[in-house]
This record gives sequence, C-alpha cells and structure tokens, in this order.
Amino acid sequence: MSRQELLSPEGLRVDGRRANELRRISCRASVLNSADGSSYYEQGNTKVLVAVYGPREPRTKSLAQHDHAAVNVEFNVAPFSTSERRKRSKGDKRLLEIASFVKQTFQGAIQTAVYPRSQIDIYIHLLQHDGGTLETCINAATLALVDAGISMVDYVCACTAGFIDETPVLDLNFVEESSIETPDLTVAVLPRSGNIALLQMESRLHSSKLEDVLELATEGCKHIHKKLDQAVLEAANELAKKLS
Amino acid sequence: MEIDEAPQKVDIAARIVTPGTAITNDPAFMRGHGTFSEHDTIYSSVAGVVERINKLVSVRPLKQRYSGEIGDIIVGRITEVASKRWRVDVNSRQDGVLLLSSINLPGGIQRRKSESDELQMRTFFAEGDLVFAEVQSYFADGALSLHTRSIQYGKLRNGTLVTAFPQLVPRSRSHFHTLPCGVDVVLGVNGYIWVSKHVPASKVEANAELIYSDKNEPISDDEREVIARVANCIQLLNRMYVKITDTSIIFAYDASVAHPVKDLLKHDVAVELAHNVMAYLEQQG
Repeated sequence: MSRQELLSPEGLRVDGRRANELRRISCRASVLNSADGSSYYEQGNTKVLVAVYGPREPRTKSLAQHDHAAVNVEFNVAPFSTSERRKRSKGDKRLLEIASFVKQTFQGAIQTAVYPRSQIDIYIHLLQHDGGTLETCINAATLALVDAGISMVDYVCACTAGFIDETPVLDLNFVEESSIETPDLTVAVLPRSGNIALLQMESRLHSSKLEDVLELATEGCKHIHKKLDQAVLEAANELAKKLS
Repeated sequence: MEIDEAPQKVDIAARIVTPGTAITNDPAFMRGHGTFSEHDTIYSSVAGVVERINKLVSVRPLKQRYSGEIGDIIVGRITEVASKRWRVDVNSRQDGVLLLSSINLPGGIQRRKSESDELQMRTFFAEGDLVFAEVQSYFADGALSLHTRSIQYGKLRNGTLVTAFPQLVPRSRSHFHTLPCGVDVVLGVNGYIWVSKHVPASKVEANAELIYSDKNEPISDDEREVIARVANCIQLLNRMYVKITDTSIIFAYDASVAHPVKDLLKHDVAVELAHNVMAYLEQQG
C-alpha cells in the first residue's frame, strides 16, 4: 500500500489547510440548563460537549479535603462519534488516560484552595471524533469552567502540532494523526504567563525539531485563547445586559 | 487595558473582565473575591463585573453557586440526618447544617433538647424534606449554620420547588409573599423557590403539630393549576435571566393568563413574556 500524501508539493494538507493553519473553531457557553457551567465546542469536525457541576458537597466523605476542592473528570465517547459504531466500556484505559490528563492540566489552573471541602465535577462527552481529542476536551472544559464561575488563575488552551515531511504542522486531523510516521504533540499553556500545563507526545521526534513544533503549537494556543476569550466576553456581556 | 496611568480619573468598576485579566497594579487597592494578585498586580479569576468598595476590588461572577451571608433567607433540602444535626443542601459549595438546638419544638416551649429529641429527629425533618430557614452563622470551614426559630420558618408543604440562578433572587426585606392569585411563594436567596397553596398563618399557629406535619392539605385542581402556572412563570423568568421578585412574578403571571400553562415554557412564548416583564420593570424604574 502506498503511503498517503499528507502534504502536497504546493504545501497543502489533506483537508486543504496550510501547515500553520488551525481548523475552524466555533464554541458556545451555557448550553445546558441543569449544569452550573457547560459548553459546546467544535474544532473542525471534532465536537465536544462539557458539563461542569460544582463546587458542591463531595459525593463521598472520603473525597473531602480540608484545604482544597477535589477535581473529578469523566470522559465519555459517544458510540456514534466515529464512522464505525463502537461502544466503549467505562473502564476503557484510553478514556481514563484522557480524563486523567485533563484533570492534571486543570489542577494547576483552578484555584482549588478557594473551595475547601467541596468537589468540582467535569463531565466531557465526545460527540464526533476527527482527531485532536485531548486538545478539544481541554479547550471545551476551560470554557465550561469559566461559565460555571469557578476561580481560575488563567484560561488553559491546548493545541496539537505534528511534523510531516520536515515541516511542522498545526492542529492535526484524524487522517494526519493516525499516520504512523507523524509524531503528534499536544501542549496546553496558560496564555498569560506562557507556562506549560501539559506536554504530551507518544511517538518519536528528533530533539532538534521539538522546539519548532512546540513553538508552532504554542502559537496555536494563543489563537485559541483569543477565540475562547471572545466567546466568554460575548456571553458575559449578554448576561450583564440582561441583569442590569 | 492601560488603566493604571491615571487611576483617579478612570473608574475601574463596572468593567467586564475574564479570568487572567489585569485589573490594576495600583498598590493602594486590596483584592477581594474573584481576584488574585501576582507580582503586585491584581488579576481577575472569574468572568464577571468589577466592583469597587473604597479600596476593595472584587469581581462578581455573572453565574455562580450560592455563597451565603448571615441573615439570608433560604430554602434547603435535608440530605442527611446526623447526630444532633441535619445536613441541608443549599445550592452552595458545601451542605449547610441545621442543628437540633436551632429548631423550635412543636408546642413552642423553649427547653434544652433531650436525648429523646435526638432519637426522634426524623419526626421533625427526614431526608428529602424541604426547609425554610435563615442563615445564622458560619462554621470554621465555611459551612452555613441555619436556624428555623421563628413561626414562619420550618417545613415546606403543599407545593412545588423551582430552582433558579441564585443571583436572580435579590436580598430584600421580605422573602415570603402571598400573591394575589392565592399562592404562597418563598423566594430563597440561594435560588430555591417554593410555590405552594396559600395556608393562613393563623391555622398553623393554632395547631402546633402542623409545623412538622408531612401531610398536605387538600389541594383542588384549580389550585394545582395556579401553582403550576406560577412555577412555570418563575422558570421562564429564570431561563430568560430576569430578576425574580414578587413584582416580576405577579406581572409574568398576569401576562401569562392568555396562554395555557403547558405552553409557558415554549421558547417563543417565554421570550415574549420575558420581554413584557422586562419592559414593565423598566417602566416601574
């Protein structure tokens, strides 16, 4: 089987983007009534729904910590999210891994010390899968947490970048991601300080190339930050107008 | 963003900020809720409106769970019966606590609560019961301590609960209203609102056993419909983000009479009614 061409000689990718272009992002906060905060987030064809409950009384006493809130993340993939229908069990290691990544990422950003003896639940549902699961989950969760009015030091913005034919490429889709030769790096940053909250890669990449790829991904994060901030401001302005 | 060059001239309040936005780096300001400081600059930690009281800068989030203040009148749901206390869900970040010593016993006699009272705590409040209470104090960990030591507080019966955003229910002089349509409404500032059949206070006062009774009064179909209509009106005000007060409920109720109860929450009807209510409230000033 011949190798699929991921980057044409003209510098275009399989979906027609250039190497440094993000997919189209559209997002909305406050989409659910019963949750304290919620968001719907699309990045290209990857679609995620997030509900945040809390800070609230911990479901079990053992979770209560006297000096900070416990953060609980659950990640679920809809059976219809891929072209091949597939039901995953709740204990699927892949799902638990992503949930724990999201949890680790937000533990640094949420001011958990403000909410002692409480619990913050983040429920993430992947509705449609087209690559970049972790980045979309983190971005959507940020939006839902801000919507819930939970104190955070900063937004957390995540982006992926890969390396195809000696060129760093931004925001891989499913086709690019599943090619074996493409290393794919996910980075989550706190845009104000530029601190990195998460850096994850499962494939091999020459160390001299890492810096370029990381820089491109960070650039993507800044772009996503603008998008998220815009969505939050829009929602806030609307609410403030109604309240006044 | 450059608000720092002339802090006297530019008012930092009433600005809408998002998490991580620098509010001021003037060292004269103190940071309040919804903010944090880093390198002598005060940043916002939530999305909301900047408020300033003298030198205290805080950010009020536009959506948040209820955070209690002493003297608040709230509606809560009993979640657990523990030793000498009940735990109460008050829509806050922690359950509130209602101590056995801060309730009135039937009969109205003031006395120390004995061991037999401890054993029959479930006859006063059981899990799932709704209570109308006032915030008495805080515990060291920030949990609210409630009390029901007044004839108007106590167990709620004969009605339905509506949950609203806590910031839509303003603190006011009175939170218990008898509406002209013959329905009692308890506006808990924690966002829990109880809509029930009107029962004259004298009736409860006359029979002390009624305070902790689990039995509803007989409610006719017409009364049920009025309760449902008021509940739906509150629900639609909540969805459209309109302040929930006795005036707004009464007006929404009067405006809703043209529609059947079940249609009130349909989007177009809700939008129309909410617009009417907002216009009316603006007119009233």
